[in-house]
Amino acid sequence: MLSQSTSYYLPEPSHWPVVGSCALFLMTFGGVLWMNEVTAGPWVVFAGMLTLVYMMFGWFGTVIRESEGGKYNKQVDLSFRWSMSWFIFSEVMFFAAFFGALFYMRVLSVPGLGSGDTMEQLWPGFVAQWPVSGPGIEEKFTSMGAWGIPAINTLILLTSGVTVTWAHWALKKNNRTQLIAGLAVTVALGILFLTLQAYEYVHAYHELGLTLGMGAYGATFFMLTGFHGFHVTIGTIMLIVILGRSIAGHFTADHHFAFEGVSWYWHFVDVVWLLLFVLVYWL
Amino acid sequence: MIKTLFQKIGAGALTMLVPGMLWAQDRAKWNFQEPHTSVAREMYDLHTIVLVICVVICVGVFGAMVYSIVYHRKSIGHKAAHFHENTTVEILWTVIPIFILIGMALPATKSVLAMRDTSSPDMTIKVTGYQWKWGYEYLKGEGDLAGIADGVQLFSVLSTPREQIYGNEPKGENYLLEVDTPLVVPVGKKVRVLLTANDVIHAWWVPAFGVKQDAVPGFIRDSWFKVDKPGIYRGQCAELCGKEHGFMPIVVEVVEPAKFAEWAGKHKTAAAPVASTAAVAAAGGGDGKGTYEKVCSVCHASGVAGAPKFGDKVAWKPRIATGADALHNSALKGKNAMPPKGGMADLPDGDVVAAVDYMMKAAK
Amino acid sequence: MSAVIGHEHDHDHDHAHGHEYHPGGLMRWVKTTNHKDIGTMYLWFSFVMFLTGGFMAMVIRAELFKPGMQIVNPEVFNQMTTLHGLIMVFGAIMPAFVGFANWLIPMQIGAPDMAFPRMNNWSFWLLPPAALLLIISLFVPGGAPGVGWTLYAPLTVQQGMGMDLTIFAVHILGMSSIMGSINIVTTILNLRAPGMTLMKMPLFVWTWLITAYLLIAVMPVFAGAVTMTLTDRHFGTHFFNAAGGGDPVLYQHIFWFFGHPEVYIIAIPAFGVVSQVIPAFSRKPLFGYTSMVYAVASIAILSFLVWAHHMYTTGLPVTAQLYYMYATMLIAVPTGVKVFNWVATMWKGSLTFETPMLFSLGFLFLFTIGGFSGLVLSIVPVDIQLQDTYYVVAHFHYVMVAGALFSAFAGIYFWLPKWTGHMYDETLGKVHFWLSFIFFNMIFFVQHFLGLAGMPRRVPDYAPQFTDFNMISSIGAFGFGLSQLLFLYVVIKTIRSHEPAPQKPWEGADSLEWTHLPTPAPYHSFVTPPTVK
Ligand code: HEA
Ligand code: HEA
Ligand code: HEC
Ligand code: CUA
Ligand SMILES: [Cu+2]
Repeated sequence: MLSQSTSYYLPEPSHWPVVGSCALFLMTFGGVLWMNEVTAGPWVVFAGMLTLVYMMFGWFGTVIRESEGGKYNKQVDLSFRWSMSWFIFSEVMFFAAFFGALFYMRVLSVPGLGSGDTMEQLWPGFVAQWPVSGPGIEEKFTSMGAWGIPAINTLILLTSGVTVTWAHWALKKNNRTQLIAGLAVTVALGILFLTLQAYEYVHAYHELGLTLGMGAYGATFFMLTGFHGFHVTIGTIMLIVILGRSIAGHFTADHHFAFEGVSWYWHFVDVVWLLLFVLVYWL
Repeated sequence: MIKTLFQKIGAGALTMLVPGMLWAQDRAKWNFQEPHTSVAREMYDLHTIVLVICVVICVGVFGAMVYSIVYHRKSIGHKAAHFHENTTVEILWTVIPIFILIGMALPATKSVLAMRDTSSPDMTIKVTGYQWKWGYEYLKGEGDLAGIADGVQLFSVLSTPREQIYGNEPKGENYLLEVDTPLVVPVGKKVRVLLTANDVIHAWWVPAFGVKQDAVPGFIRDSWFKVDKPGIYRGQCAELCGKEHGFMPIVVEVVEPAKFAEWAGKHKTAAAPVASTAAVAAAGGGDGKGTYEKVCSVCHASGVAGAPKFGDKVAWKPRIATGADALHNSALKGKNAMPPKGGMADLPDGDVVAAVDYMMKAAK
Repeated sequence: MSAVIGHEHDHDHDHAHGHEYHPGGLMRWVKTTNHKDIGTMYLWFSFVMFLTGGFMAMVIRAELFKPGMQIVNPEVFNQMTTLHGLIMVFGAIMPAFVGFANWLIPMQIGAPDMAFPRMNNWSFWLLPPAALLLIISLFVPGGAPGVGWTLYAPLTVQQGMGMDLTIFAVHILGMSSIMGSINIVTTILNLRAPGMTLMKMPLFVWTWLITAYLLIAVMPVFAGAVTMTLTDRHFGTHFFNAAGGGDPVLYQHIFWFFGHPEVYIIAIPAFGVVSQVIPAFSRKPLFGYTSMVYAVASIAILSFLVWAHHMYTTGLPVTAQLYYMYATMLIAVPTGVKVFNWVATMWKGSLTFETPMLFSLGFLFLFTIGGFSGLVLSIVPVDIQLQDTYYVVAHFHYVMVAGALFSAFAGIYFWLPKWTGHMYDETLGKVHFWLSFIFFNMIFFVQHFLGLAGMPRRVPDYAPQFTDFNMISSIGAFGFGLSQLLFLYVVIKTIRSHEPAPQKPWEGADSLEWTHLPTPAPYHSFVTPPTVK
């Protein structure tokens, strides 16, 4: 066996990747059908999602078994670190695209529409300001204030960053109770955050008239906070897994990359929120 | 071995030489079209300068390459040297290119500034790209052109018959580069064009003027030209805009100012008011909803070919703004991809008008 | 470099791993976690896509053979253009170089395999579903998108469901590239054999380190751009619609922020291959190794700063036009350094001209021409005349076909013995080169003239004065296409051959796969890492 911790662990052939590819194919193809009002669409998407969940259980289960089986040496651990860092970098760039769109609309396209020949010839009377939907949209909306739920959510996420670090210290000191408590609180905060955000969306749609269709403001507001919320969801699920594993007695004081990976991800989500809070809600 | 190689290189060189020889014969095919504005001339000259510099560098680089291919080959017994760096040359071939580039950038900067200077025009024309035709509106003349053509509007559509395109008739002289109503402008006057589009991005390009400018829906962009010689100038849409992108040419007729004034006068009176359809609507009282569901929904339910979607307020708003009459008219007579009466020629006018009203209501 | 080391290789794969789980038949390929198997799949996939994209190019060239509409209607023509571009870029060229990366990086840095073999398998197996989505789009109502590979809004908003399929295909391709790149970066940073410092790595490995970085940085941005297109289409957003405060040009900014680095993602691994081949056949070490590394890094950094040179005609502010012009021109400097270094490597070498070298020289010659036409395009006033004409088409085929594709051919001929254990047929290889070289120029050289004289790109029909050059171009295209069938034949013949190749068939080759591994390379490269120097 290659299990001696001296050599780099090379996994055996695996069918999980192909299962994952089938899942993605079903989800995307079904998604297209769905969006184009073909009845089978939602079912195909659903089948794809089930397949994906099956794949994740299988694949990650294998990884966890290998890890707990002592197959990953220090070098493998370092590979995981590199890869997680690069993955987070790719996520940063994904958000950068949407922050870029926000910047462009606020600083370039909306002022452009409200000035010069463009305004005179095509959108007479359009006054560039922010927040705004756009010169061709008549409905009114109220923008989301920063100092209500968003401010609370900021506090929640910042606190959760602290609790996850607290749990990490506990893990390094081999204090299981504190580790589990710390993670449990973090998960709870994550869920609380998502609940509040869901409430905020309902509020936006029903009381503020703020929808995805509300032009520049609506699109950037919902796409940025929406993708962020999606990442919080993923982060929370990962935290739940880590919590479960901690309860099951996984991880040691010096071998717990999964924990660290999740906490890095959580901090990343946290930082994105801070940017959102400042650039989307506040300014 | 060497010999065959040389033969091959020779053959390669010959394929390059033949074009060179033909060059003299028919220059227009090998280079930019003859420029007819100061901007286009600068573009032409700049291209020539840059091309010459590039060719010179190429000769140097390929010269060195070919030299070592010929003289440093193993088959003639050349032994490999072992050097693999030389700081002096490396610095030289980093620094010298920088200077060459600066040399190119300077004249380029000068012409960019000239090209973008749209100030103090003699007249202003608004150009709108549609799928798939060009709309022109003379906004404003200054100086001796003041008021001459203001308000004249025209559409310019490809006039090459489909029979020529599909090979059922021989192709005419200006195949694909001819329109029913050309844009007419005076010679020697600075014409500023404001560009926009109605649906997707198009680009208004007349090579002889050195003007290529995207027409972006919802925004105004501008450019200018001052043509030095009367004549007919042809260009094409230069941004993929859907299936007929290859079939929306531009023709500009540049004429003496006096002739221009005459032309403008004719067009001002010709701009007949659109027949009012209100009468039809009053008389008709047709079945709006039924007609919509039977005929119009084919396209308008899902937005086929860019049809404004039923109930889509954003899409309808600018159209409604043009007035009910205008919309009745487009539905009856057709508009771009919208066939007259939705393609049902035997539909009573009243039904069509009622359907339009029904659709307008749903989008208010 | 010493004489040829003609090791008689032993055919049995290394015994130490005989008891590993190895499914046979098709399942071997589906489930494999081996970098060589995965590399092989990448290469074959890429070749199949090359034929598919090439077929579409043949439809384009056949329609353009003479004026008038003959073979396809304008919608189908636009769909062919779009899919040709997408398939060639994302299906043919990029996977080909990922295939090289998989095969070579572990061997060249002395690693046992890639850092994450299972994820490596997934990176590959994401490609077939993505390709399937693209191909399916041809057959749905409305057909494939006819919008160009750049997928400009708002034309994309008008398309049918084929557009949605394409958007998701892009998402999946992006996932594949990102995972593949993370794997490559991690492997290079963490799995090098003792003594293999960064500055001792073969240049091919360096180019991939930098390419992978570019990919991780820009693929997510492209994903963002098409996601916005998707929500504009179906969920009521107005990112690219002025009525809602958006701007069609915003799409172009996001796209080209991805798109320009993308063209170097295609070019840089090609630089890597050529940097291995030229020294080997010059029997002389690569000139200016260090400056090569810095040049590639500078190109990569600059590539993030020049994107709007594709947008000179969109009406950028004049200051932006000037800035992008200067920044773009600057890329000629590091690229020039590379070209000069390659020539200096050949200088006073002891050159031979086997097929890999011929393709590398073809690369050097034609890529430089393509680079110069790029430089011509970077000059704003000149680009105003040339943007969206066949001059641009000529430019990018010089850098992508004669650049990237030729260097991929060079690499395949170069490493084929190591991969298959057999020598390819040198004569046929040379014939393949000369046919490709001549027909290539026939297709694309004349397109410069077409562009200068004013023929727009992406048109299914054209004015009669462009006929002669289009005919030459089309004939060249058919010849070029047929020549590639010869390549297929050469490869199959090599695989089927019984004549073993020596461990190191190229006298001047000096990276680990030649000096430390038998031919064909064993299933696991370096189970125990070699010590370097
Ligand atoms: C492999 C891919 C690749 C590469 C490497 C390049 C390289 C370059 N490209 Fe190209 N380009 C494309 C792929 C590529 N391009 C594609 C696909 C498009 C079209 C996309 C689309 O619209 O569909 C495009 C379009 C494109 C445009 C837009 C044209 C238009 O649409 O209007 C421009 C404009 O600036 C440009 C410029 C350049 C420049 C300056 C380089 C430089 O990197 C070249 C540098 C190299 C040299 C200059 C030669 C060697 C140098 C020397 C020997 C040194 C001495 C030189 C001097 C001192 C001058 N390219
Ligand atoms: C690296 C990428 C790559 C490669 C390798 C190629 C390869 C080729 N390209 Fe492509 N091309 C692009 C990338 C590439 N292209 C891009 C990005 C665009 C822009 C798209 C856009 O505008 O959006 C484009 C656009 C483009 C156009 C312009 C279309 C337009 O504006 O409407 C043309 C026209 O001549 C063309 C031709 C060719 C030809 C003849 C080949 C040949 O080299 C192909 C040769 C290969 C084969 C032919 C396949 C092998 C053989 C067979 C399958 C057997 C059958 C053969 C015969 C019957 C002869 N390409
Ligand atoms: C073949 C598809 C098709 C059918 C069928 C069709 N339309 Fe349209 N319609 C279009 C398209 C495409 C447009 C957008 C035209 C444009 O502005 O370029 C349009 C635009 C319109 C407009 C707006 C015109 C304007 O001036 O802006 C009205 C009103 C309209 N249609 C009414 C109708 C009615 C009424 C019917 C049925 C009797 C109908 N349409 C059937 C495709 C269709
Ligand atoms: Cu209009 Cu192309
Ligand atoms: Cu570019």
